[in-house]
Amino acid sequence: MTDTEPLALKVEHLYKSFDDRPVLIDISLSLHRGENLVILGRSGMGKSVLIKCIVGLIEPDAGKITILGKDRDALDLKALNRIRQKIGFSFQGSALYDSMSVRENLEFSLKRNAGIHDQQQLDQMVHDALEDVGLRHAIDQMPAELSGGMRKRIGIARSLIQKPEIMLYDEPTAGLDPVSSSEINELILEVKQKYHTSSIIITHDITCARTTADRIIYMHDGRCYLEGTFEALDRQDDPQLETFFNYYKNNER
Amino acid sequence: MKLKERQQQEIGKGRALLIRIASVFRFVVRVFKEMFTPPFEWGETLNQFYLQGNRTLLLIGFTSFLAGAVFTRQSRPSLIEFGAESWLPSLVSIAIVRGLGPLITALICAGKLGSNMGAELSSMKVTEQIDAMEASGTNPFKYLVVTRVLATMLMMPILVVYADTVSLFGSFLAVNYYSQITLKLFFTQAFESLTFLDIFSSVIKPFFFGLAIGLVSTYAGYNASRATVGVGKAANQSVVISMVFVFVIDFLAVQILGSIR
Repeated sequence: MTDTEPLALKVEHLYKSFDDRPVLIDISLSLHRGENLVILGRSGMGKSVLIKCIVGLIEPDAGKITILGKDRDALDLKALNRIRQKIGFSFQGSALYDSMSVRENLEFSLKRNAGIHDQQQLDQMVHDALEDVGLRHAIDQMPAELSGGMRKRIGIARSLIQKPEIMLYDEPTAGLDPVSSSEINELILEVKQKYHTSSIIITHDITCARTTADRIIYMHDGRCYLEGTFEALDRQDDPQLETFFNYYKNNER
Repeated sequence: MKLKERQQQEIGKGRALLIRIASVFRFVVRVFKEMFTPPFEWGETLNQFYLQGNRTLLLIGFTSFLAGAVFTRQSRPSLIEFGAESWLPSLVSIAIVRGLGPLITALICAGKLGSNMGAELSSMKVTEQIDAMEASGTNPFKYLVVTRVLATMLMMPILVVYADTVSLFGSFLAVNYYSQITLKLFFTQAFESLTFLDIFSSVIKPFFFGLAIGLVSTYAGYNASRATVGVGKAANQSVVISMVFVFVIDFLAVQILGSIR
C-alpha cells in the first residue's frame, strides 16, 4: 500500500449468517488512513463477527474485503498471514497465551513471523512495547497474575510489537472499571498518534466512542444503521439511537 | 411426529455424520502435511516431548511395577499345578512385552496426556488464544497440534520400553519372594523367550498408539465448541475415544503379528 492511498480498509456488501440466521446484512464501510472508526451498537448485533471476518477468523458468506489495497479473497494463506502481521487485533478477553509469561507472549509472534531470534533485539522490542502501555514492570509476570485492565494493555502491547498499520479493538473497555476504561481510551489515542495506525474500535461504551472516535458507525440488526461524528449522531432524532444514547448516558451519571 | 419431519431429522443426522467424517479426514491429512512442511516447530516439539514424559513417568512406573508383580503372583499357582514354575520368567516376559506393557502405557497416556491435550486446546479455543495466534499471522495448527501429535508419537515407544523394564523388575521381586533367583538369571530367562518380532512390535505398536492418542485428543480440543461445556466434552472425548482406538490397534496388531509368526 502506498502512503497516498487513502483507504486502509474497505468492506463491501458483507453478508454472514449462522445456521440460516443472518448476523451481518449488506455491510459496507471504509477505514481511512490514520482514522479511528468506532463501530457502536448493542451486544449481539454482529460487531465482533465483522472484525473477525476482516482478519479472516470467520469466513463471510458474501461480500468483498480489501485490506491495505489487497483483495482478501484473492490471497492464499501465506499472503493472508503476511497481511495479518500488519493488523493488530486486541481481543475482548485479551486472549493472552496463559501458559506463557508476558515476555513470551510478546516475543511469540516476533520469533515466528519476523524471524527475530537475537535475544538483545527481542528484549529491546519487548521493553519498548511494554513501555508504550506503561507496564514494563509486568514483563516476567504470568497472565493469571494480571488485572483485567493490565491484561487488556498487554494484549494491545502484543499487537503493537508487530508495528501494525491497522488496529482492531474488540470491546476494549468491556468489563473494566471507569478508571481502567479511561486509561484504555487514552492508550488507544496514544497508539494512533505514535504508530499512525488506522483503527476500528468495536464497542457499546458511549464514553469510549466519544473519547476515541473520529467517526462512528452505529450498527443495528446486522446493518450499518447510521454514520457520523459523535456530535452528529447525538443530535440525530432517531428513536433507535436515542434509546441507546439515553440509556448509556443515564448509566454514566 | 410426522413421517416427513422424522425423515428430515434422519437426513440431518446423516449429513452431520458425513460432515464430521470429512472434518476428521481433513484434520488428519493436514497434520501429516504440516508435519513435513517447513518451518518446523522443533523447540515446541521438544518442549511437549519433555512435558509428556515428565507428566507420565512416575505413574507409568508405579502401575507397571504393580502390574508386573500382580501378574506374576497370579500366574504362579497355575504354573506350579503343571510343574512349570521355572517357566515363570518366560511367561511373564512374553506377556509383559507383547501385551501388558504397551497396553498399560497407552491407557495411562490416553487418560493423562489425552485429557490434558483435549482440555488445554479446547480452553485455548474458548478464551480465543487460538484465534489470537491466527490473527497475528502465526500458524496455530502447526504450533499446537502437530507438535503434540509428534511428541506423543515419539514419546510412546520410549515410555513402553521403560514400562516393560519396570514391570519385569516388579515381576522379578515377586518371583524372588517365593524362590531364590538372581536378577541376572531372571532377565536371562526372560529375554531368552523373547523373539526379535516381540521387541520390534513392542516399539512399533506404541508408535501407532501415540499417533492415535495425539490425533484424537488434539482433534477433540482443536475442534471443541466455544462454550465452557466444550472443554469438559473435549477432555472426555479425548480419553474415551483414545482408549477405544488403543484397543482396536492392539487387536489389529495381534492379528497381523499372529499371521507373521
